[in-house]
Amino acid sequence: MPTFVYMTRCDGCGHCVDICPSDIMHIDKTYRRALNIEPNMCWECYSCVKACPQNAIDCRGYADFAPLGHSVRVLREEEKGTISWKIKFRNGHEKNFVSPITTKPWGEAIPRLADLPPPDEEALNSPLLTYEPEALKVDSGLPTISKDQFKQGVYY
Amino acid sequence: MAKFKTVFEDCDILVVGGGMGGTGAAYEARYWGRDLKIVVAEKANIDRSGAVAQGLYAINCYMGMRWDENQPEDHVHYARNDLMGMVREDLAYDMARHVDSTVHLFEDWGLPLMRDPKTGRYQREGKWQIMIHGESYKPIVAEAARKSADKIYNRIMVTHLLMDESKPNRVGGAVGFNVRTGNFHVFRAKAVIVGAGGASHIYKPRSVGEGMGRTWYAPWSSASAYALPILAGAKMTQMENRIVLCRFKDGYGPVGAYFLHLKTYTQNAYGEEYESKWYDQTKELVGEYIDHHPTPTCLRNHAFLQEMAAGRGPIHMVTTEAFQDPHKETVGWENFLGMTVGQAVVWASQDIDPKYTNPELTTSEPYVMGSHATCSGAWASGPEDISPDEYQWGYNRMMTVDGLFGAGDALGGTAHAFSSGSFTEGRLAAKAAVKYVRDLKNEQIKVSEGQYENLKKEIYKPLENYQVGRNEIVAGTVSPSYLLPIHGLQRLEKIMDEYVGGITVNYMTNEPLLKIGLEKLKILQEDLEHIGAEDLHQLQRAWELKHRAIASECVTQHTLFRKETRWPGYYYRGDFMKLDDENWHVLTVSRRDPETGEWTLEKAPVYHIVD
Repeated sequence: MPTFVYMTRCDGCGHCVDICPSDIMHIDKTYRRALNIEPNMCWECYSCVKACPQNAIDCRGYADFAPLGHSVRVLREEEKGTISWKIKFRNGHEKNFVSPITTKPWGEAIPRLADLPPPDEEALNSPLLTYEPEALKVDSGLPTISKDQFKQGVYY
Repeated sequence: MAKFKTVFEDCDILVVGGGMGGTGAAYEARYWGRDLKIVVAEKANIDRSGAVAQGLYAINCYMGMRWDENQPEDHVHYARNDLMGMVREDLAYDMARHVDSTVHLFEDWGLPLMRDPKTGRYQREGKWQIMIHGESYKPIVAEAARKSADKIYNRIMVTHLLMDESKPNRVGGAVGFNVRTGNFHVFRAKAVIVGAGGASHIYKPRSVGEGMGRTWYAPWSSASAYALPILAGAKMTQMENRIVLCRFKDGYGPVGAYFLHLKTYTQNAYGEEYESKWYDQTKELVGEYIDHHPTPTCLRNHAFLQEMAAGRGPIHMVTTEAFQDPHKETVGWENFLGMTVGQAVVWASQDIDPKYTNPELTTSEPYVMGSHATCSGAWASGPEDISPDEYQWGYNRMMTVDGLFGAGDALGGTAHAFSSGSFTEGRLAAKAAVKYVRDLKNEQIKVSEGQYENLKKEIYKPLENYQVGRNEIVAGTVSPSYLLPIHGLQRLEKIMDEYVGGITVNYMTNEPLLKIGLEKLKILQEDLEHIGAEDLHQLQRAWELKHRAIASECVTQHTLFRKETRWPGYYYRGDFMKLDDENWHVLTVSRRDPETGEWTLEKAPVYHIVD
């Protein structure tokens, strides 16, 4: 469903332009508001819909196969850590869903690796990655296999 | 082209593409390379870029070694079996033995992983998948990358890699342009990690109007993962191994959770089970592979296609039983809302409530990729401790061009990596790249002005083509002098569809068709010299198209080379309809000579590293 923008809600802030993975949300030069310039390259990913502070962006299912009269609305509440969906069928039926989007406060849970003590030079030659082997959470450490058992060709 | 400023960035490690592979690379590179300069160049915005932009509802690759659920050996067996014997088992094993630590990081970072209330373990969807509330999967890993890289450039379309002029076959960085400012960007780097996207829109999609963007894989996955290494002369592998997805019709909503967790199942239009009907016929083609468990995905596709061709379509997913359980109904819907919203829209618009109606399934147009269930990509070195000699040349995940590494879609031979595996591959590539840069010591990369200035002219040529040609005509889109990117894209999709086994020919091709296809692709690429771009957005589309075209040529060469039908259900060689283990139990490897454009293809042995 390509996105479109409601004229009366959009204030031209450009959040959608900034986030669109397909580079199809642009600012119209005449109206100074956002528009989808290439609906046939829209993946209906909702990145712009979620990013819009004015709830000005919506989707209308692809004309090829989606009859009119439906809507799938979303509200992504970053501070609450939730995403809420309202699905409205063409026949008027509705379904609502709410899911968490994170379990931690934004910006705090991911450490800056540059602040950790630097690894010693020898560790660069081992196959272990950052926080391994502890992060694997197995006592036996990183698994490996012996090259003696390799077999070439058709073998099962 | 003087109007566009040239911006230089000198760094140690350049990551091209900030998707799952690229963010993993940026993160890990910082841990090992404290004093190194690490830069990411991303075509969109790393907060919502790559295939995971809209989120995921499952992590499809998690061993669960801590609970002894699966071991890396099991992953190798699984990937090998699903791809009819053809994977790089060393790379698969290596990814699998690290992937759990990656998933544990994600949990620490706030990604909501569901837990099984009875066991307390991660909630399994199937043997390999764990269920997540992954709407913010991408913003979360993007934060990790942002906190690690020295600099992240959003909205840079990387068009070419640079080569070092002081040593042959060594990478020297990359160039591209800023889609907003138009600035020309020259990244001089000692090592480059390609984390760019695989290929959607190289085959004609089922929906060709407004809905052409509703491809299964993201429309912004423009084959840069392949074009960049190919143009630099890197060897590629298994590029014929395209994937065709069995999905919910029109929206391409995923079926994994439906089959595995909700226990829905398929039937034909008359309510009959059909897969078993095609057992004997499939056995004729592939022999004992049809007896493997689980049934390889391509063979299940094959039964689907045969049943449709026999006139008993459509194939339905039987949801009406499972959806009586309100919990399962919620999972079924949230599955789409979490990763393929478009399917929810299709059902809402068509009044399909799966509680009361069994929705239709379809098979998609083909895609070429290395991160999902197939393994197209660059031929890369494996890890020292577990790779056979033919697969190993010093640095893990380094391609056949020195200093050039890959992760995710870019890396060949590693099927079933998915999001967590791609991030893990990025981490593995980054650690190896740090080691590579350390080993270079004081050696400097030489990139002359001539090299990047020539590329600059080439990059902006579509703007000039348009500007000049536009004056010839009154208005409109038809010009005798240039093609617009959409014109070229549609011609590419038509060629690949009709000659290289797309939907309109039921995935069938043969040598005569492939040879015509190659001829037409060659002429298309001549025409792409005359592509016209009205603005910077169209310039991005022009370069995406060029990347798709070169990757398509590679796909066609590989398809021609492998004289068997290894994966019925993905594509068929009408002239060699049977699987041929005697001659083709091998990996295919290609190289395009950057000077002449000539292709050479060879066979590489398949090593089975576990029983």
